[in-house]
Amino acid sequence: MKYMLLIHSGAVDEQGGAPQCTVEDWMAYDKAVRDAGIHVSGESLADLVTATTVRVSPTGERTVTDGPFAETRELLGGFLVIDVPDLDAALDWAARCPGSRDGGAVVVRPVADFGA
Amino acid sequence: MAGEDVPPAGEGDSAGEGLPAAGEGAALGEGAAAGEAVGAVEAVFREERGLLLASLVRRFGDLDLAEEVTSEAIEAALRHWPAEGVPARPGAWLLTTARRRAVDRLRRDRAYAARLAVLRADAEREETVAPAADSAGAAELPDERLQLFFTCAHPALAAEDRTAITLRCLAGLTTPEVARAFLVPTATMAQRIVRAKRKIREARIPFRVPGPDELPERLPGVLQVVYSVFTEGYAASSGPRLQRLDLAGEAIRLARILRRLLPAEREAAGLLALLLLVHARRDARTGPEGEPVLLEEQDRGRWDRAMIEEGRDLVVRALTGGPAGPYGVQAAIAALHDEAADVESTDWVQIVALYDVLLTLTPSPVVAVNRAVAVAMRDGPGAGLALLDALSGEPRLRAYPPYAVARGDLLTRLGRAGEAAAAYRSALESAGTEPERAALRRKLGE
Repeated sequence: MKYMLLIHSGAVDEQGGAPQCTVEDWMAYDKAVRDAGIHVSGESLADLVTATTVRVSPTGERTVTDGPFAETRELLGGFLVIDVPDLDAALDWAARCPGSRDGGAVVVRPVADFGA
Repeated sequence: MAGEDVPPAGEGDSAGEGLPAAGEGAALGEGAAAGEAVGAVEAVFREERGLLLASLVRRFGDLDLAEEVTSEAIEAALRHWPAEGVPARPGAWLLTTARRRAVDRLRRDRAYAARLAVLRADAEREETVAPAADSAGAAELPDERLQLFFTCAHPALAAEDRTAITLRCLAGLTTPEVARAFLVPTATMAQRIVRAKRKIREARIPFRVPGPDELPERLPGVLQVVYSVFTEGYAASSGPRLQRLDLAGEAIRLARILRRLLPAEREAAGLLALLLLVHARRDARTGPEGEPVLLEEQDRGRWDRAMIEEGRDLVVRALTGGPAGPYGVQAAIAALHDEAADVESTDWVQIVALYDVLLTLTPSPVVAVNRAVAVAMRDGPGAGLALLDALSGEPRLRAYPPYAVARGDLLTRLGRAGEAAAAYRSALESAGTEPERAALRRKLGE
């Protein structure tokens, strides 16, 4: 069963101070996920200032705006899709994710399965 | 459909348990057979519904499917047993029937095709274990409820949903009964149960007992669930009977299982102790008309001394070797009541002190009500009433009859009859059982 781990970074201060976990932590986690054979896909997202929002109106008019910008203190910083037997396994992997520490949070969502 | 009503003889999982024991039904008269059979089905249903459901959930990994086929098996039994007799092993009959229905369902429904593969693998594993349990005879079905308990008490479920779904699935309560147990409207509770079942299914919350490393985190949720089952059995939320001894007994049975499986967990001992020390008063707790009898008026000679002894031994274990947990403290309070010859000689000083500890461990308006009553015993009704009145803004106490009753009793002792009557009338509005209402009407008539 596939689960998406939505990795929300913790409170980032005005200076953009990063959470305490290091690049090495992330690399070690990524390696562990791949070694376990559960990795489906995953990306980390570029800074929010690079984001652009698109909306299409009922008349087909396209609106492109800069942003969005963070209104909450938690930002989606990346995602990971893993294939594990059940929620407990997914929660264990979420708990091991560096993004779940230092005020961050990982939201675990089952990927909808429209097949058999 | 082939095999619609008869338990399978060819599934490979039914050796020797296929057909009901026809001779048994013949021994009963025609009319008596029907009555006995319905009674037997109801008894089996009460006793083993949870066992049946847990077994099916474990095999099929799907709560809804398990519930459906459990109900279908019960219906099949209601049709067949009156005519053909109650099988020698009704639980196994029901399990076999339900399993077959589930297999049929999975075969017909392509959406379940993947699950069927899992099922087959599981079923093969089961077969290697089943014969031993069969030959033992006494234990008709293996008790797989512990796994279902941990699923229903899973932290990924909303706290309020956990007990709801456990009561629904493991204690066999109806949704309105569950709703009344938690002082919420039936529609709200129905939504909770649907929501919880959906999450178990779609997020795939597993049906398994957590490993030793996870257990300390997961156990309190399960204990809470067992305690809630007991409370529902101890004071039925609705219906003609005040006590539902079957549910209380079931909760004690489950608490014993937890205690046995988790001998190092002091709160498991504390929970069992609490249930035993309260249940020991069951015979004295209701009068001849089924009306509730307050602790101070109970005939203490009718308390179950053996149960009290067992509970007291467990309290000692629950309170030694570390900081006290909420069940251990509540058990200690119950033990002080059970040890006292009467209300006057009860150690109210120590009981109030234990309630103080309990309030720090589990702050709750219901605990505060109990503490206020104990303070009234220690310091007089005025002191208790002041504490109760300070709780009047608590939303949870609005539909909690014991709060209004306690106020009414203290007001009566203070000679404020008019205000006491108003309190009893308010309790009457939310009292769920007829004996409770009758007792309140008597108080109002006095």
